[in-house]
Amino acid sequence: MKLTQAIRVALAAIWSNKLRSFLTMLGVIIGVFAVVALVSIGQGATQAVTDQVQGMGSNLITLNITGRGPQRGISFADATELVQREGIAAAAPVISQRVTVKYRNKSTTPTLDGTTATYGIVRNQVAQAGRYISSLDLQYRQNVAVVGVSVVEDLFAGSDPLGQQIRIMGTPFTIVGVLEEKGSGMTGSNDNRIVIPITTAQRLLKTATVQTIYIQADSADVVDRVITSLEATLKMRFRDENAYSVFNQAQILDVMDQISGTLTIMLGGIAGISLLVGGIGIMNIMLVSVTERTREIGICKALGAKRRDIQLQFLIESAVLSAIGGIGGMALGYVVIDTIRRFTTLTPIFSLRVVATAVLFSLFVGIFFGMYPANKASKLNPIDALRGSG
Amino acid sequence: MILTENISKLYKLEGVEVHALRGINMTVAKGDFLSVIGPSGSGKSTLMNIIGCLDTPTAGCYLLNGHEVSSLSDNRLAEIRNQLIGFVFQSFNLLPRLSALENVELPLIYRGMGGRERQETALSALENVGLGDRIGHRPTQLSGGQQQRVAIARALVGNPPLILADEPTGNLDSTSGKEVMTLLQKLHSEGKTIVLITHDMDIAMQSQRYVRIHDGEIVEEKVVPS
Repeated sequence: MKLTQAIRVALAAIWSNKLRSFLTMLGVIIGVFAVVALVSIGQGATQAVTDQVQGMGSNLITLNITGRGPQRGISFADATELVQREGIAAAAPVISQRVTVKYRNKSTTPTLDGTTATYGIVRNQVAQAGRYISSLDLQYRQNVAVVGVSVVEDLFAGSDPLGQQIRIMGTPFTIVGVLEEKGSGMTGSNDNRIVIPITTAQRLLKTATVQTIYIQADSADVVDRVITSLEATLKMRFRDENAYSVFNQAQILDVMDQISGTLTIMLGGIAGISLLVGGIGIMNIMLVSVTERTREIGICKALGAKRRDIQLQFLIESAVLSAIGGIGGMALGYVVIDTIRRFTTLTPIFSLRVVATAVLFSLFVGIFFGMYPANKASKLNPIDALRGSG
Repeated sequence: MILTENISKLYKLEGVEVHALRGINMTVAKGDFLSVIGPSGSGKSTLMNIIGCLDTPTAGCYLLNGHEVSSLSDNRLAEIRNQLIGFVFQSFNLLPRLSALENVELPLIYRGMGGRERQETALSALENVGLGDRIGHRPTQLSGGQQQRVAIARALVGNPPLILADEPTGNLDSTSGKEVMTLLQKLHSEGKTIVLITHDMDIAMQSQRYVRIHDGEIVEEKVVPS
């Protein structure tokens, strides 16, 4: 019996039992849909995290100093000296604190970053309006501020903030620039932020110690070398490895990739189980079908059908059943993913590889679970089968 | 065409042995029209299954068209059924999901014949039994007589030398029954070998020759006077 003929016969058999076939397919449809949708969402999340980490700046090394004993950090001068070494393109020490900012009768509580002019370079941050803080601002301890878009929204509600006076912890500051919108990152909103010169911040917050330094390495190749040399210096200074931590973007990316990769595999695995359940549904219905069509099998055998012919017919029937289910599930997955992309902030990735895997797997499930019923059908004795009802 | 030597069939049902056939010796020559007659339980259906290569005897020798078939594998038996035997059943045994034409095509599908040739062969077989205008009908849309004629077309389509008919008129009214018998006689006159199983003496009298079976043994063998 030829394959096309067998597929035609299988389609006719499926069509003659529409509701039952559909319900059987539903198991596969839901299974494939779940695999496609969950893996796509998982991959989308991975991509989003990767983009965000990369958006923090390239070749970025973050140095956190928690200090030891009464020493809570290092001074601005020490920090400047610390980063004077080979392989470092730019560095920005940061004094951070959450502060209250007022404009007329409105107030908000953004994160204040007291830093240097290089912060913008290192963190990949530019002013979309006005200017960034400059080294002159640092030198003269100017009360100037560059604000994030969330702060602008909260305080100015549409009017132009440039040149306006705001009060940070009661001290008046002039807004000289607005930061480009960055969205939310792992460390909270990147837009609910105010950047002022570090020298001004030291005076404002009455602190001299720097706890965080963002460092940009010359290239990705020297990142590891820079980290090693920084760690050596810091160890000499604090004699305690817990007093500081150095990590780079690649490490964060690795960890994030691992977490979201595991998550994706887990989601895909759970979805795969539902596909397996769908396959069992197919096997179940094929067994019923074999029993129902006992007489038909007997007739075919009397007319000269060999075991292989009967096997092929039932196998193709279950394969077609699950393949149609697989394609249906893929279509449903696509529609749902498209809807998610349109109406939520998630950006799932509809990857062809996942789709192909899911559909092929469903086909495999159909053939695998069709094997036993097909075999059972082909082994029927023609006389018993002819005598059978149906 | 058919030569059986001492064929026996022993069934074991829940430990009880049942002798369905006890040493059947029978010869059917090419072009013969033989009836096998006997009451139900006489073993005639078992004999028909063995002659039709649907079953194998427990003892004895069966030569069909020169092939020793009692010891062949399932697949070889399927080939022999497909090539040499056309079955006509009491309950027609058409596939309800398929049209008349598709039903008739079935034996050719298992023979591996290609689409166009297969359809043409099946169509001419249906025309041969006078149903050329019913090819797209499902079995349920046809009368009993028409269904049996579709079944006969299916038996003929592969051009087998032997037609095996098991109570072909059993489920038909007398008019349709007569039509079917006329058709079988026509096939006989065209050179087919026909073996007819029946319990009805009147039907058996329309063949050339009959054997009577009782309790698994041939008790009478007679040529019908023409």
